[in-house]
Amino acid sequence: MTDATVWQPAASLAALKSRAELLAYVRGFFARRRVMEVETPVLGRFGVTDLNLDGIRADVAACGVRGGWLQTSPEYHMKRLLAAGAGPIFQIARVFRDGESGPRHNPEFSLLEWYRPGMDDRELMAEVGDLVCGWLECPQPEVLTYRGALMRHAGFDPMAITDAELRQYCQRWLEPGQLDDLGRDACLDLVMSFAVEPALGQNAPVFVTRYPASQAALARTSRDDGYAVAHRFELYSQGLELCNGYWELTDAEEQRARFEADNRARGAAGKPEMAIDETLVAAMESGLPDCAGVALGLDRLQMLKVGARSIDEVLAFPFGRA
Amino acid sequence: MASYSTNEFRGGLKVLLDGDPCIMLENEFVKPGKGQAFNRVKLRNLMTNRVWERTFKSGESLEAADVVELDMEYLYSDGEFWHFMKTDGSFEQYAADEKAVGDTVKWLKEQDVYTITLYNDDPLSVTPPNFVELEVVDTDPGMKGDTAQGGSKPATLSTGAVVNVPLFISIGEVLKVDTRTGEYVGRVKTS
Repeated sequence: MTDATVWQPAASLAALKSRAELLAYVRGFFARRRVMEVETPVLGRFGVTDLNLDGIRADVAACGVRGGWLQTSPEYHMKRLLAAGAGPIFQIARVFRDGESGPRHNPEFSLLEWYRPGMDDRELMAEVGDLVCGWLECPQPEVLTYRGALMRHAGFDPMAITDAELRQYCQRWLEPGQLDDLGRDACLDLVMSFAVEPALGQNAPVFVTRYPASQAALARTSRDDGYAVAHRFELYSQGLELCNGYWELTDAEEQRARFEADNRARGAAGKPEMAIDETLVAAMESGLPDCAGVALGLDRLQMLKVGARSIDEVLAFPFGRA
Repeated sequence: MASYSTNEFRGGLKVLLDGDPCIMLENEFVKPGKGQAFNRVKLRNLMTNRVWERTFKSGESLEAADVVELDMEYLYSDGEFWHFMKTDGSFEQYAADEKAVGDTVKWLKEQDVYTITLYNDDPLSVTPPNFVELEVVDTDPGMKGDTAQGGSKPATLSTGAVVNVPLFISIGEVLKVDTRTGEYVGRVKTS
């Protein structure tokens, strides 16, 4: 945290100018592809059930509603627009996540999120590659499966390794006592963060695809080589996670089951349950078109563009100065 | 005693780890977008001066260590302990042992002020100011007029420290010395 009285911006004026150019570039990119820009609420009545996302509660006294949540992503509102027949849409959204602060995180940040009805994950990955590489002037991304990424950089098969072996492996970072209540996916996150991510995208950016089904979030799943995998992808460049995309789950029943499973995981982790956003479930019941969608961190994209070591260098006023 | 949760971690925090007081040097928040958050932390163990790297899950906490840094005036040594006094007018005294004083012993001058790190109210370490002024008690005779030529010679200061000084320095002069590098900075004009 910087001195509380510092009034100057953290980012240089050159970095702010580059950011303005990025916004124009993004809007031009989607205008040419006939993707409509939309705006959805930053403040909503519902938060998210994700185990690892902590929303920021807002005090609201309007329309008989007591509490609200600053949105962690514009996903649910945008999916409701898709269900209403909006067609391809994008948004440059401010989103909020509590407790996230560091050289790559600010509790408020900018997500570029877009949805493509009729596309699957592979087609959307190609579009992400065009957008990112057009801006960074870098070669098109390579593609690596999650399984292949861990086998290459961590030296084990994440689909086959036993829980006991995985815990053993994680002892290079955590004491046995710390590992006791760490689930399989959290152990894999640890390996991903410390052993795999830093090695990803050192030359060209790299897509990681086909996450374990247990990390599907809102992606549809299928069988691959006998294992249940999610149609989810992330893009990494120079060890920095840039985006997270799905071939979207459209089944309302399955969606509700995942929300309920999230809340069970939250309960087990001692976190409060979150109310399920029934408006999203209702929209999906009404019919979410087959689509792929992705959320890309614009601040991180700018870190790569200007060679910043800290996200503060691309934000006018990071939280410590806001 | 208070404790600090991972979201309070920052450089400079004093915490207990494996029973030893440590100062946090770096804290990095690491989190995959949809995944579990961790903090990777570098700490210096204040007992051993070793640097540790440890990982914590988001939400874990560390007990705060009762470590404070205070300015104190050096009084005297009794051969076993070095005695310091608070500068806040309380006249409260602390005795630091050889381990706490460490290399700083060669910069200790009576009535000068030093930073004492206290752990559970016991001196853990003694840090000298960046610059001290000490008298030369022994060196080869000064060579006047040789100021431009460079070259140096060892000089022993009143505290026993030996520093390299220019050839023109003579016994009885007071020198300014950088305690971080042990290097001669300049002569101090004495009235």
